[in-house]
Amino acid sequence: MSIDMEQFKVTFVEESLEGLDIMESVLLDMNPGAADAEAIDNIFRAAHSIKGGAATFGLGDIANFTHVVETLLDEVRNGDRDITQDAIVLFLSSVDCIREMLSADQNGEAIDQAHIEQVKAGLDKMLGSEQECETDSEKDNAATSSATEDSGWEIIFKPFPGMLRTGNDVVRMFRELAGLGDFTAVADTEKLPPVVDMDPEEAYLSWHITLHGEIGKAQISEIFEWVEDDCELEILPLDGDKTESAVNDVTEENSPVDLQVESPPPERRAEEDQRQQPARKTASPESSSIRVGIDKVDDLINMVGELVITQSMLSQLGEDFDMSRVERLNDGLAELERNTRELQESVMRIRMLPISFAFNRFPRMVHDLSAKLDKKIELTMSGEQTELDKTVMEKIGDPLVHLVRNSVDHGIESPEARKAAGKPETGVVNLNAYHQGGNIIIEINDDGAGLNYEKILAKAIERGLVGANEELPEEKVYELLFEPGFSTADVVSDVSGRGVGMDVVKRNIMALGGRVDVKSVPGEGSTFTIRLPLTLAILDGQLVRVGNNTYIIPLVSIVESLLVDQKNVNEIAGKAEVYQLRSDYLPIIRLYEVFGIEPDHRSLDNGLLVVVEGDSKKGGLLVDELLGQQQVVIKSLETNFRRVEGLSGATILGDGTVALIVDVAGVVRLSREDGRCSDEQIAAA
Amino acid sequence: MDAAQNIAHEIQHDLESDGDQFLTFILAGEEYGVDILRVQEIKGWDSVTPIPNTPEYIRGVINLRGTIVPIIDLRRRFQLETVEYGPMTVVIVLRVENPDGGKGRVMGLVVDAVSDVYNVPEGTIKAAPDFGSVVDVNFVKGLATLEDVMVIILDIDRLLNADELSVVVEIT
Repeated sequence: MSIDMEQFKVTFVEESLEGLDIMESVLLDMNPGAADAEAIDNIFRAAHSIKGGAATFGLGDIANFTHVVETLLDEVRNGDRDITQDAIVLFLSSVDCIREMLSADQNGEAIDQAHIEQVKAGLDKMLGSEQECETDSEKDNAATSSATEDSGWEIIFKPFPGMLRTGNDVVRMFRELAGLGDFTAVADTEKLPPVVDMDPEEAYLSWHITLHGEIGKAQISEIFEWVEDDCELEILPLDGDKTESAVNDVTEENSPVDLQVESPPPERRAEEDQRQQPARKTASPESSSIRVGIDKVDDLINMVGELVITQSMLSQLGEDFDMSRVERLNDGLAELERNTRELQESVMRIRMLPISFAFNRFPRMVHDLSAKLDKKIELTMSGEQTELDKTVMEKIGDPLVHLVRNSVDHGIESPEARKAAGKPETGVVNLNAYHQGGNIIIEINDDGAGLNYEKILAKAIERGLVGANEELPEEKVYELLFEPGFSTADVVSDVSGRGVGMDVVKRNIMALGGRVDVKSVPGEGSTFTIRLPLTLAILDGQLVRVGNNTYIIPLVSIVESLLVDQKNVNEIAGKAEVYQLRSDYLPIIRLYEVFGIEPDHRSLDNGLLVVVEGDSKKGGLLVDELLGQQQVVIKSLETNFRRVEGLSGATILGDGTVALIVDVAGVVRLSREDGRCSDEQIAAA
Repeated sequence: MDAAQNIAHEIQHDLESDGDQFLTFILAGEEYGVDILRVQEIKGWDSVTPIPNTPEYIRGVINLRGTIVPIIDLRRRFQLETVEYGPMTVVIVLRVENPDGGKGRVMGLVVDAVSDVYNVPEGTIKAAPDFGSVVDVNFVKGLATLEDVMVIILDIDRLLNADELSVVVEIT
């Protein structure tokens, strides 16, 4: 049998990660003492499928570990154990461990064995503290020590009546067992009913099996892997000194459990979380597959159906066409246009995922951080179902983490400070997402102290970013937060305050074609608003012509377009040209010079100036003609070529020719490098 | 399945013993060859969209069924005298392998005309002497003499790999 297991393994890893996410979010919602049966079932199901999958793919470590978690969960499910705060914390760190093991396996990295052992010991301890498990560790010892030296096993296998209906074949299992060693099975026919009463799909027999040979217990357990929940199974070493053995007893190869092992103290755990986080981030590569709701696919199929109908209508029309039918042709073409547009939209929708995928990590993060910082913080989220492009989602994750961390660390005050300020002790961090036009807006809001205008300004002056006596409007001051290395935190904490981060946040968001704004009210909190395009695959563009070339300027970066009035043009140092637009001076960027092409007009008089803003720097692009506006599909130049300064990509126009998309920030930068306009010169004007 | 593998092996073997096939083209009176398995298609010269701030030999990009493909003028690349493009001028679209094992790329080469397809028996390709020619020896895999013509076999991966392109860009 040579099935390529690797292809299934990718699915397994994805599903397991999803399962872990579910476990995590359910655990975080759980209240100690009041375990909701459904919630426990959810966690249990996720753990169970991870265990099964891991064993199938030969990931013994994960299977073993998950098994311990599952055993504990089983007790909770059966009501034998209350779910305590300790248990929740322990389960959460187990989730981390499994995730770590999965990613380690995926990336071929070494597993942090010590950490896993520690958590496992914690789990075992919790298990061991229950009376019925007292023998567990002892028995395991016996099992492991005797596993290899013993000459055989005694297996008592009693299938539950329904076992065969799950597709398990006893004959096959026995054949595999026989392959391991000297195999004898004695069937117990006691329960066998008279033939007339017999249901052919029920299992009535049970077996007493002896197996001689040098066999590890794990090998036997593996064969019974899929039926262990549907049968009563006892695997005993042949010398048979232990008679008690639990149902579901699978592999457990840890050495004697030291009951003295403490679960890790909280600070230590927080530290470890810190340490793990970057590793986890790098370990989760942007996944290349996508899960799509069936309704979206159905939509798509409908759309294609309509397209086919329109197509056949048009081709029929074309067979014997005369001018009298031009009306119908126009109708058909309009229909075709509508179909195509809808088709495009539904295809784009396939790439869309609800933002909850990005939000999901925050409850855990805020939970951990607030414990670490001794703050009381409640995280609320709204608009989790807002959809955005998968690519954008993957890239927005890290900036969001930074911003939420900032809100938790700098924004929300300590409970005492909050009380003193007459606010409730528990601070609120709110994440909100919604659509606005072709954009998605993500807001991170906290009801903390707000940004300190004075402090930021003082820091900026100290760092020479702002002149000592300069008056700055509030929003300008808050923008300083995004300067590299800018931090007002007096003490650099583990969480934030090193001043790295905010500039990266801004850069990442800009790279996605979005922007970030800050609003703040002292004493009432601050809001960071991220505005992002819904997708990276399509953009609204303004087509412009320079000479024989058509370029596309993204509409988002266009402020306005105007006819040059010669009297507003100023020359600086005989070289640089600026245009006076109301109270602003704009550097004039001659697109033909930047791109080295031949234009229709070189003179500025009556020229067309497209005022653009990129990287918060404005400029006026001189073009020959404004053509239409349209949505264009972005094609990368890098696929077959390389990145070109001043261009962000290319697209294919209606006539099949290629048009280049202008990277506004890049062009502004290019024109500056050419020394035509520098900041000082503009300032001098 | 084994049978199929055997056949595949035999075919492979036959191909190997016969040497590789090369598509040859004419550039300034000389005949050049490229591995035919790398040739994706041959098309007539059509207008391109020039890309600003790139070396002169990169004529621009075209739309090849939805992908953007850069077009390189081989005469300009080798700093030969340029000519007007005529009816014989063709674009050979090639698949370029990435030496680092990354994704391959597709590029087009503008040449004077396509010539022929040759079977080049193994061992016929001789190492290129440092012939002080216009063509950098680094881009030449070797020379092969076939039916009285000498064919310069090009190493297109070296010729068209990105580093080479970007290095040149820095100089210009």
